[in-house]
Amino acid sequence: MDITLAILVTVVGASTPILIAALGELVVERSGVLNLGVEGMMLIGAIAGFVVQFHTGNPYLALLCGALAGTAASLIFGFLTLSLSANQTATGLALTIFGTGFSALAGSSYSARPITLMQPLFPAELATHSIARVVFGYSFPVYFSFFMVAATWYFLHRTRSGLILRAVGENDQSAHSIGYSVIGVRYLAVMFGGAMAGIAGACFPLLLTPQWAERMTAGRGWIAVALVVFASWKPLRLLAGAYLFGLVMTMELYAKAGGGPLSIIPSELWAALPYLATIAVLVLISIRRDATTNAPACLGKPFLPSN
Amino acid sequence: MTISRRNFVRVGGAALALPLLGKGVFAQAEKLKIGFIYVGTINDNGYNYAHNQGRIFVEEALGDAVETVYVENVPEGPDCERVLRELAQQGCKLIFATSFGFGDSVVKVASQFPDVAFEHATGYMSGPNIGLYNARFYEGRAVCGTIAGHMSQTGKAGYIGSFPIPEVIMGINALALSGRRVNPDFTVKPVYISTWNDPAKEADAARAMIDQGIDIVAQHTDGPAALQVAAERGIVGGFGQGADMSEFAPETQLTAIIDHWGPHYLASAQAVIDGTWEPGNTWEGLKEDVVQMGPYNDKVPADVVADAEKVRLGQIDGSFHIFTGPINDNTGTERVAAGVVMTDAELLGMDWYVEGVEQPA
Repeated sequence: MDITLAILVTVVGASTPILIAALGELVVERSGVLNLGVEGMMLIGAIAGFVVQFHTGNPYLALLCGALAGTAASLIFGFLTLSLSANQTATGLALTIFGTGFSALAGSSYSARPITLMQPLFPAELATHSIARVVFGYSFPVYFSFFMVAATWYFLHRTRSGLILRAVGENDQSAHSIGYSVIGVRYLAVMFGGAMAGIAGACFPLLLTPQWAERMTAGRGWIAVALVVFASWKPLRLLAGAYLFGLVMTMELYAKAGGGPLSIIPSELWAALPYLATIAVLVLISIRRDATTNAPACLGKPFLPSN
Repeated sequence: MTISRRNFVRVGGAALALPLLGKGVFAQAEKLKIGFIYVGTINDNGYNYAHNQGRIFVEEALGDAVETVYVENVPEGPDCERVLRELAQQGCKLIFATSFGFGDSVVKVASQFPDVAFEHATGYMSGPNIGLYNARFYEGRAVCGTIAGHMSQTGKAGYIGSFPIPEVIMGINALALSGRRVNPDFTVKPVYISTWNDPAKEADAARAMIDQGIDIVAQHTDGPAALQVAAERGIVGGFGQGADMSEFAPETQLTAIIDHWGPHYLASAQAVIDGTWEPGNTWEGLKEDVVQMGPYNDKVPADVVADAEKVRLGQIDGSFHIFTGPINDNTGTERVAAGVVMTDAELLGMDWYVEGVEQPA
């Protein structure tokens, strides 16, 4: 395979789980809730996906169960922060710690048990040519992630429900006073975020490396949370951001594995690039301080109806 | 009673749980209590798994005379110091710190608990109550390198490393030297990923190297991700590290380096029980059965197996040492004169690459 195409394929693999998880978190944050438990929900999704794939060999069922497991985990968060008005930051961190421990417990008997990777969605004949490989060579979650970017954008900006969700995130008191259920909307958003994080987690054993290893998401849930800020809560920017991060993460390794034109940039610089890019974006955002930063006004604040 | 991250979570609060659990255990103990701390998870199918197998070996051998406690996923840094101190306060009289980066913490805590025996794996800082132990993994790498040199069609192997510490560099060099012994054009390309356990990154590093021409992959990280990628891409093969990983890539694992710490742990525990423990500095290998080789894959040709066995047996009877001069470094400067065998101290401080290893970026 041509090296450029090979890199592209690896970038897609590295970017997809981050993109899916970040899209879920974007919707959650747009509804005014900050859920820092993405990493934990991803791990729960990863072990659920792994276990189902191991026992049934059906990767679609595995993804579905990953989504359900992520949703279940998000409901714990939802109950504590939405029904009991617990501090969202602390509860999110607790969810990550819980997810790490719970997935390790659930997965303890699944070490040294390989599974099979998810097969590409399209028949192999379609992907024989190397260019076609880049278009048709992936398994379902990759196409799902693109679809969800479009669907999320459409939902947020072109539908009435999306408008209500954004209204809840921007001004919960007003949304409440004209009769919308702030808590109900936020529950749905949190559950969506959980499902997406669960799917993203399941991508690790299904797409990237067919095994269960404790903490196998290795901090990518945090990258997803950071990406939402990086993307100023906009789905299309999120797509660009996820692929930028995926590209940088991948290029670091290709540059280190080295040789040829890639080795011109030192690998230390590759390793630093995501942080440099983040700083650059934050600087740009703060320069345009007069314009809106786009952060939902109610982000992270518990909803306590005034009457 | 084992204390691990997941038990912490089960009882509710990690920091609070340790002293609470400890109290109950301490009260009943006449037996020797042994603590183990692991940098990763015992389910990594590799390095930490192997250490934990050693712990189980001791429990099975000594039965009621001992009680073992382990803590997984201890980061190399301030947390390690805290965990070591808590294990000592809980009544552990023998503590194994199983990762290189725990060294500084061991030195600090050991001075505060002079009646506790500490043993640090793969380290170099000893003390009145700090013993050092290590395994000659490079002997296993020499066997792997022999197979790699024979079987690689591109003459290029990739090597996924965690950090550029002497232990890892030594392994890379052993692979390169033994590969070049059978194929003078054989080269090794190291890639450091700055972590012991990030399966997705290990897999991507393997992909990056395979896309750039390697057809044998070795790794000095904790899991089988690189082998799985080797299987997925259908390259010549790779090697298990720390444990037999053939389940993950039955067609692709050519052989494996297996860490067999059990006998060492047993000897140390027995010495503490007998009151004869002294801070040792052991560095055992194939000969002492602390390093074992996994089964050779069926696809390794018989003459290659024979050559690999020659290297293995040669290291056991002492007739072969991979770090025997002449050895040039990768800038062409002679580092070891002809016929000279590198000393252990030189090996443990190794910070240069032999000829045939591409300077890592």
